Amino acid sequence: MYLQLAWRNIWRNTRRTTVILVAVIIGIWSMILLGALMRGIAAGMIKNGISTLTGHLQIHHIGYRDDPAIETSMANPQMIENALTLVLPIESMWATRVRVNAVASNARHSSGVTLVGIDPLSEARVSFIGKAISKGRYLEQSDPNGILVGAALLDKFETKLGRKLVLMSQNTSGEIASRAFHIVGIFNAEMQATEKQFVFVTRPASQQMLNLGHGISEISVILPEKTDISAIISALKDALPQDQYEVHSWRELLPFQTAYLRILDGFIWIWYLVVFVAMGFGIVNTTLMAVFERMREFGLLKALGMNPWWILRAVLTESFLLLFSGMIIGNILAFLSIYLLSGIGIDLSAMAAGAEYAGMSRIIYPAIEFKDIMMANSIVMLLGLLVSAYPATKAARFMPVKALAHT
Amino acid sequence: MNIVECTDVNKTYQQGQVQIVALKDVSFCIETGAFVALAGPSGSGKTTLLNLIGGLDSADSGDITVDGNPFGQMSQSQLAKLRLYMVGFVFQAYNLIPVRSAAENVEFVMLLQRIPVSERKQRARAILDEVGLGGKYDRRPAQLSGGQQQRVAVARAIVSNPSIVLADEPTANLDSKTGKGLLEIMKKMNLEKQITFIFSTHDKMVMDYARRLILLQDGRLADDRVK
Ligand SMILES: Nc1ncnc2c1ncn2[C@@H]1O[C@H](COP(=O)(O)OP(=O)(O)OP(=O)(O)O)[C@@H](O)[C@H]1O
Ligand SMILES: [Mg+2]
Repeated sequence: MYLQLAWRNIWRNTRRTTVILVAVIIGIWSMILLGALMRGIAAGMIKNGISTLTGHLQIHHIGYRDDPAIETSMANPQMIENALTLVLPIESMWATRVRVNAVASNARHSSGVTLVGIDPLSEARVSFIGKAISKGRYLEQSDPNGILVGAALLDKFETKLGRKLVLMSQNTSGEIASRAFHIVGIFNAEMQATEKQFVFVTRPASQQMLNLGHGISEISVILPEKTDISAIISALKDALPQDQYEVHSWRELLPFQTAYLRILDGFIWIWYLVVFVAMGFGIVNTTLMAVFERMREFGLLKALGMNPWWILRAVLTESFLLLFSGMIIGNILAFLSIYLLSGIGIDLSAMAAGAEYAGMSRIIYPAIEFKDIMMANSIVMLLGLLVSAYPATKAARFMPVKALAHT
Repeated sequence: MNIVECTDVNKTYQQGQVQIVALKDVSFCIETGAFVALAGPSGSGKTTLLNLIGGLDSADSGDITVDGNPFGQMSQSQLAKLRLYMVGFVFQAYNLIPVRSAAENVEFVMLLQRIPVSERKQRARAILDEVGLGGKYDRRPAQLSGGQQQRVAVARAIVSNPSIVLADEPTANLDSKTGKGLLEIMKKMNLEKQITFIFSTHDKMVMDYARRLILLQDGRLADDRVK
């Protein structure tokens, strides 16, 4: 009877109730949807970062990260790979790479690039390059002269598939080594910068060119989902000689994305509060109006012996019902929108330049986080009841006589 | 035994700069089971006095005691409780809660008293039958005539057997025939259930029903007659 009565009271003024309800619905909907989009951006950025040659963790020779030169390469990768086999969970994958700065040039142009020597098979499982070929073919296991070039670099060099590209870099003895490759494949990446920066050859070809022997620059590891990365890292640090090798997680390797992730919760909070403040004013206003309109009724209730606390509770119950109905509809709408968007995503390519600068993907897919939804709903419910407490105490405080005299 | 005792009650309203004396040194007692009319011209303080006796408002000075409870020392919650169990109200108009049916309005007081549903329903119907509203239990106030609404109000005021019913011009909005009917019901309840009734009125016919007549004039007690 209690809830039923509150429900009847709410619908005494259909228009006003509809207004609050719509405000709550839009509020909740925008909170959840925008939260999911921000999470989606973060997820896209990190996925992007990890697949762009980062992986979940990397192993380098000490000093390589400060000075990625040929001198700080790892001469004995076999020993590290043995350790990996022992320490990593079964479904982990890794790729060994040679990675040095080089100058690429053809007849007309030259440009600084990063030369990446890869093992085509294992690399395809670890980074984006295996699926990124848009024209031509991927590298073969033994492909001494083949090179993969990004579409943007190809444009810049005004060259095309099958043409020659010369790479120059310092070899282990400090001399300039150069070698000509044939462009066998063109790749596309999420970001133009990636297409311009990296060229890929086979690892043996790069080792030969640079006089590296079996040496490599880095090992990039992809772990199975939900692995405790920090536990793996400390296990690896124990297994490898500390004075020779360094192990870093993607959080250290992708400082920008990590920072974004750290402030994201704050952003979402602020957004929730902004939405709520707008909504809260509406709730207070309309509830106050509703309370004043029923002043005589509250006076009557008090005259009949209703305790002031009961009146407070009655008004709060009405607010609760309003908030609750709005929340349910708002959540349903938010999930529907997210469901629809998760199929197509939001295409940001129109403003790709700006988005790319921030390391964002071209297409954002919203990502639902249970914690955000809980947060949005509890903010609306708790703060909503809190701001309704003001009109409710007003109602409870009406002196019965004044309230009854009010016409 | 006295159900109501008023001693030197004063009440002044502040209207802007002007002080309006509504009650001036009013003292009287009302014995249990009385059927009292409170008469006097408009503005003489009838409503003010009834509100004070019902604990809806507080006096500036003087003591009011209902059934041995001195109001001066009671909190809002305690006063609410006293109203709930001992005092029934009937106002001139707007007595009923609009979103509730007649039966629910009558049940409401018992709901506050936490009386179980089945008993509530049964007692509400019985009392509505007594005031001649059998079969109109589920009508909302808007679907009842003025006289019927006042009868629902009387039913609600007496349903939980209060010690006293305060009625402020209960018949003012009714034609004389309907008003008479309402007074008959009040009188019947007074005699059958020993409930004390105090009602204010301008109406000569209504005064004739009372067994005691208290007359107010400019906030002072002008006359007190037992017939
Ligand atoms: N809330 C108030 N504020 C200011 N003055 C008031 C208030 N209530 C009553 N008064 C004044 O107090 C005096 C007594 O009023 P009260 O309502 O008790 O008279 P009454 O006898 O009930 O009159 P009526 O027969 O018209 O109902 C009047 O002069 C009235 O104007
Ligand atoms: Mg009056």
